[in-house]
Amino acid sequence: MPDAAGLEVLADALRAADPSSVLGTTFDRGRAEIQIDPSKNIEVIELLRERGFNFLASLHGVDYYPEEPRLGVVYELLDMKEVDRVSLKARVTIDAAKVTSVTSIWPGADFPERECYDMFGVVFEGHPDLRRILMPEDFEGFPQRRDFPIGGEPILFTFNETERYGKDR
Amino acid sequence: MTALGDYRKREESISYSVESAGMGETHELLSLNIGPHHPATHGVLRLIATLEGEVVRDIKPIIGYVHTGIEKTAEQKSYWKAIPVVERMDYLSYYFNAMAYCGAVETLLGLEVPPRAQYLRVIHLELNRIMSHLVWLGTSALDLGAMSMFWYCFRERETILDLFEMSSGQRMHTRYFQIGGVFEDIPLGFAEKLQKFVDAMPARADQYADLLEKNQILLSRLRDTCILDEQTLLGWNVTGPLLRAAGNPWDLRKAAPYSSYDHFEFKIPVGSVGDNYDRYRVRHAELYESTKIIDQALNGLPEGPTIADDRKVVLPPRHELATSMEALIHHFKLVTEGFRVPEGEAYYPIESPRGELGCFVRSDGSAKPARVHMRDPSFVNLQSTAPMVKDSYIADLIATLAMVDPVLGGVDR
Repeated sequence: MPDAAGLEVLADALRAADPSSVLGTTFDRGRAEIQIDPSKNIEVIELLRERGFNFLASLHGVDYYPEEPRLGVVYELLDMKEVDRVSLKARVTIDAAKVTSVTSIWPGADFPERECYDMFGVVFEGHPDLRRILMPEDFEGFPQRRDFPIGGEPILFTFNETERYGKDR
Repeated sequence: MTALGDYRKREESISYSVESAGMGETHELLSLNIGPHHPATHGVLRLIATLEGEVVRDIKPIIGYVHTGIEKTAEQKSYWKAIPVVERMDYLSYYFNAMAYCGAVETLLGLEVPPRAQYLRVIHLELNRIMSHLVWLGTSALDLGAMSMFWYCFRERETILDLFEMSSGQRMHTRYFQIGGVFEDIPLGFAEKLQKFVDAMPARADQYADLLEKNQILLSRLRDTCILDEQTLLGWNVTGPLLRAAGNPWDLRKAAPYSSYDHFEFKIPVGSVGDNYDRYRVRHAELYESTKIIDQALNGLPEGPTIADDRKVVLPPRHELATSMEALIHHFKLVTEGFRVPEGEAYYPIESPRGELGCFVRSDGSAKPARVHMRDPSFVNLQSTAPMVKDSYIADLIATLAMVDPVLGGVDR
């Protein structure tokens, strides 16, 4: 993990390239996080890649209900040479849940982005095959959102598939 | 058209018949469905393979058959009650799941784990690694036609499960790791039994090698098949034995030691080519290294408590409940409401048998996690199967899938 000062150096380098790309930084309990403008994620990631953070350790979604903007897409970047981690967070609203896909940089972002779309409904533009991955293809709603109710999910078999449970949820 | 109608239409539109691929009348591509129920898919994994004769041109993994919404369920549980749920994700490496989750929560709490607990964790983690590799070795050898390997591997696995049963009462999903340490100290007789296992294991691993590595059929099925180089693997975000087989010595136990891994001497096996044989060799060599770590941890086990001494987070010892009002109150509060965790987010990566297992926990200040996400190595590594098997024979697809070692419980969560 970069320390608090190292995080600011990183953020300043990003700001120097494009002042509007960085919305803020947090250094909390050893975790360095940069909040970025969701429309500029590719530019920011490319810059960080040049600085050594060229491995995408994890990509996941978070729902900050009831805060706005609600959804967050978190990129955990890793520098294998310096053994350093930094996370990027792009916050988007439910109505404009759109982020550019990073599959062009890391083909391995394919499944994680599909999972994030499946669970939170974040659309990754430029993703080669953005479909549901864990939930059934006919599932309605995005189950990991905080306002999605839990429990009582009827199981769909061939004999009751026409009953279409959960339609009016 | 409803979503369901759409779905049925798409399902019916998949054609398994021979299709012309614009290559003239002599060449055709065949879409072959493999799974979800197939012994060689190591779980409920479905593959749609596009074949040209015997050669695989493309595969599409279809997953989600054992998705049980564990991450969602964990959000409904208080922090300590979520441990058994996350353990059930990757059902072959339950100690690792618990470790990643507990580590993330401990980071958020700023909780220090006592040295004895850290060593006990290492012992169980490495036992779990050996156990997971044994299941992998047995089932992979089975896929490649070596029946008896399975029984030998499961014999040693039984010994490990007996040890787990001794220390925690359970053979699988033990819930031995707690937030702040471990559930209780190892019982009498555990150390002796473990020492016996540690002394025997290297010879057992030698026997596996003798059985497998002098077998011409196995060697020719593994050597120089499905090679993927280091840079491509990094692009696919692959970690663990698959990456090490391609020559990159990335191992979080060495690179960013957690839970006292820096106290132990061990080597990181790496491969040279990145073929299936290297993938097999790396994991096989890890059996010896894990045994060495267990031996050192067992013989250097420090004295002291096995769980942190923070009564706001950790249950008080049972005997105190009868004498101390304070302990009774703490016990009641912890069991009913659980403990609150200060707001924040943590990502805690550890080296699981399959690669980087990272647990992301977000706390909103309440007694339940607001988000738990596991970066499961199986889920990420599974994607690299397609580039690996491209343009190789379908028989190699089975071998490669075995060497990738995806655990579908971890893939689908």
